[in-house]
Amino acid sequence: MKAMSCKLLVIGAGPGGYVCATRAGQRGIDTVIVEATKLGGTCLNVGCIPSKALIHAADEYDKVARFAAGNSALGIVASDPRIDLTQTMRWKDNIVGRLNGGVAGLLKHAAVKVVEGWARFRDGKTVEVETETGLQVIHAEQVVIAAGSRPVELSALPFGGRVISSTEALALRTVPNRLVVVGAGYIGLELGTAFAKMGAHVTVVEALPRILPQYDAALTRPVETRLRQLGIEVLTGAKAIGLTPAGDGLAVETADGQSKALAADNILVAIGRAPLTAGWGLEALDLDMDGPFLRIDEHCRTSMRGVYAIGDVTGEPMLAHRASAQGEMVAAIAAGDKRAWDSVCIPAICFTDPEIVTAGLLPDTARAAGIDVRTGLSPFQANGRALTLGQDAGFIRVVARADNHLILGIQGVGAGIAELSAAFAMALEMGARLEDVAATIHAHPTQSESLMEAARNALNHSAHVAAHPST
Amino acid sequence: MGERAIKLPDIGEGVAEAELVEWHVKPGDIVREDTLLAAVMTDKATVEIPSPVEGEVIWLGAKVGDVVAIGSELVRLKVAEDSAETPVPRPTVAAPAPPSPDPPPPAADRPETPTAAPRQPAPATATVAATSPRPHQASGRLWGAPRREGEKPIASPAVRLRAREAGVDLRQVAGTGPAGRITHEDLDAFVARGPSVAPLRGLRAQTAITDIKLVGLRRRIAEKMALAHAHIPHITYVEEIDVTALEELRAPLNHDKREDQSRLTLLPFLMRAIVRAVAVQPQLNALYDDDAGILHQHAGVHIGIATQTASGLMVPVVRHAETLDLWACAAEAARVADAARTGTAAREALSGSTITISSLGAMGGVVSTPIINHPEVAIVGVNKIVTRPVWNGAAFLPRKTMNLSSSFDHRVVDGWDAATFIQRIKTLLETPALIFMEGHEP
Repeated sequence: MKAMSCKLLVIGAGPGGYVCATRAGQRGIDTVIVEATKLGGTCLNVGCIPSKALIHAADEYDKVARFAAGNSALGIVASDPRIDLTQTMRWKDNIVGRLNGGVAGLLKHAAVKVVEGWARFRDGKTVEVETETGLQVIHAEQVVIAAGSRPVELSALPFGGRVISSTEALALRTVPNRLVVVGAGYIGLELGTAFAKMGAHVTVVEALPRILPQYDAALTRPVETRLRQLGIEVLTGAKAIGLTPAGDGLAVETADGQSKALAADNILVAIGRAPLTAGWGLEALDLDMDGPFLRIDEHCRTSMRGVYAIGDVTGEPMLAHRASAQGEMVAAIAAGDKRAWDSVCIPAICFTDPEIVTAGLLPDTARAAGIDVRTGLSPFQANGRALTLGQDAGFIRVVARADNHLILGIQGVGAGIAELSAAFAMALEMGARLEDVAATIHAHPTQSESLMEAARNALNHSAHVAAHPST
Repeated sequence: MGERAIKLPDIGEGVAEAELVEWHVKPGDIVREDTLLAAVMTDKATVEIPSPVEGEVIWLGAKVGDVVAIGSELVRLKVAEDSAETPVPRPTVAAPAPPSPDPPPPAADRPETPTAAPRQPAPATATVAATSPRPHQASGRLWGAPRREGEKPIASPAVRLRAREAGVDLRQVAGTGPAGRITHEDLDAFVARGPSVAPLRGLRAQTAITDIKLVGLRRRIAEKMALAHAHIPHITYVEEIDVTALEELRAPLNHDKREDQSRLTLLPFLMRAIVRAVAVQPQLNALYDDDAGILHQHAGVHIGIATQTASGLMVPVVRHAETLDLWACAAEAARVADAARTGTAAREALSGSTITISSLGAMGGVVSTPIINHPEVAIVGVNKIVTRPVWNGAAFLPRKTMNLSSSFDHRVVDGWDAATFIQRIKTLLETPALIFMEGHEP
């Protein structure tokens, strides 16, 4: 058994943990990070990055396949496109590998010691790690728990065989002929759409009455339309019962109470993610909980002195950029800075087709909070750039206070608008009013013009709404 | 022109030093002969120091709260040449006890006000407008709308970070930007003028702390209370007194009193009752010297009357209450209390009590826990008179009752003796005729 001690110990090298450790190391804090699998966590290895790689590959293939089908309004002719998913996965793995290396480099540059193995708390300041070379005990003055989350399993449909989680879906070597996706949240729809574009027959089973229930119907409507166009069958209000007796499909109970068997080569269960709060000795710490999550305050402190928690173990939204921001903040606090969580918004993107971007409050949530709001909307049908991209579905919408026009939320749905999330978040963090956005010159021709137009629409002087689409 | 040093004069026998409690002048003031310069306090007497000459104040020798030795320089005046009869020594050639270790230079010296003024005088909020011009756009309703309760302040991340590092709670900062956004300039202005003058916008946390130096009487009270509370193990005994008969007696006495007689309150009756009671239990009319282990039992009954004055609690003394009849007790109690309130009480009138009465009159509450006037051994506290239903064995009768809450030094007064004393006073007050029955042992 070996022992070491350090100032700051980070458990988990995901986007929360590695950012925290790197920043702490850069600040000269003696830092150790423990990771059981690969550096980069869910996001980098089995989440955001590989899924976006797969979605991109699917989009590219889908384009060519449509050209080959003779559906090109652009006049592009192609024939006999095929996708070699094994090669696609190699390409994806290469990206992941490069990023893994990048994280390792960052940690090394910051003089952070990386311990590979599974960590378990002995007490609030002591962790033992089962490494390949034996048990390593690490004692730290301050500890950051960044254990992350895991896919939620359905008890009637345990992972294994053809029942897979997003992790396995991102490592499939062949495109399944028939894919059933359980759960119409963002993970299920992102992957379901990608596999549909690559040629799979996809059925989505959702227990709730509608897809993507965290968004309002206006935001999800373009996605529903596109799912239909892609031939994806969405069964809302349907319950996954379990494998069919033959084991070759999924038994469901549909909204009207009918039993139905959905043949499937793979069943992707994507009903959500749960914080990883077991297996690392939480019981030894007896930390206060907030539902299934670790309770933290505005400084990411848990109920135990010197023990911080960041990322998915601390609650919704379970997003990498939230974890990173928390990690950065905790590193600053550990270095003696005064910091507290005071962000106005955590933008979120759903990489469906088209993409949904949200920052701040939706109109309904703002109204529910008792705020008198005015909203403005600009459809991409009135956006020249969207038309030239051949993707005019969707819109951008702003939500502002009626009294002083302070922007409270910006949402959009549209092809490729994920990049606009920066503008949305910036406007909110800077405390922009509708007039600020409306008066900012937006470059033409871009989809971003619709943000300006939405603000103008909220101010009732949009040039392009209820008029003819302009160039 | 010359300089004239005014020294702290000898202000009473045996007094070697006095606490400066107030400056009436500041450097630059022109004073005439007999203009009051300062007030100093010894024991419980406050003495005003007048200027003996005409001149301009150029230096103050002490700060409020400093203890100044008799004979040390208090003030220096610039005077006409002929009156500068006392040559001014250099400040380093100090009197026996220099007022402060490092006398500040005349120009920089500022008297400290003992009032609860914030340390930084608050400039008007109008200064904000001067440093951060408001946006010039129209439709003013969009700007400066007050933030609602619990609403987050609007500020860019950079402003938030600066505020965090400066320890500023942005909820207290008024925003002059669009929609009430807090700008860097707003934050600068807020930091520059201190946190205590943020314009009010709904309920907000108040973080200002006002430091009030305890000087003069307040410091004396604090010291004396601490001494009494720390040294004396108090036993407090509360008893209900039926004062119906006493009130029935008091009313006609007041109605028929002569013009020159003071109005009778309950106080003179209680004073007389105490005189009668301590005649039987003289150990309660005593001063306990715990260092020497001696109880000085006094034959004369000198009753301290705890009196609220504008500057704090004082205990003027009615001397030899055993020689005073009811009317004289009333007159003396009124006279000494009045003297204390108007600040005209002589030092002798504020010391020498052997037992004390504490009464807050109508504010007397139900029960109190009086602190003994050290080194006495007993204090009688009077609570307010209320009319209560009292069961007389057959019926409830409306009776005027009052509690006495009295504390005793338990080192020298046993609970039994304390109770006996109060029961005796109860008997006397409930049957007030007994107060006047000389020769009868109550």
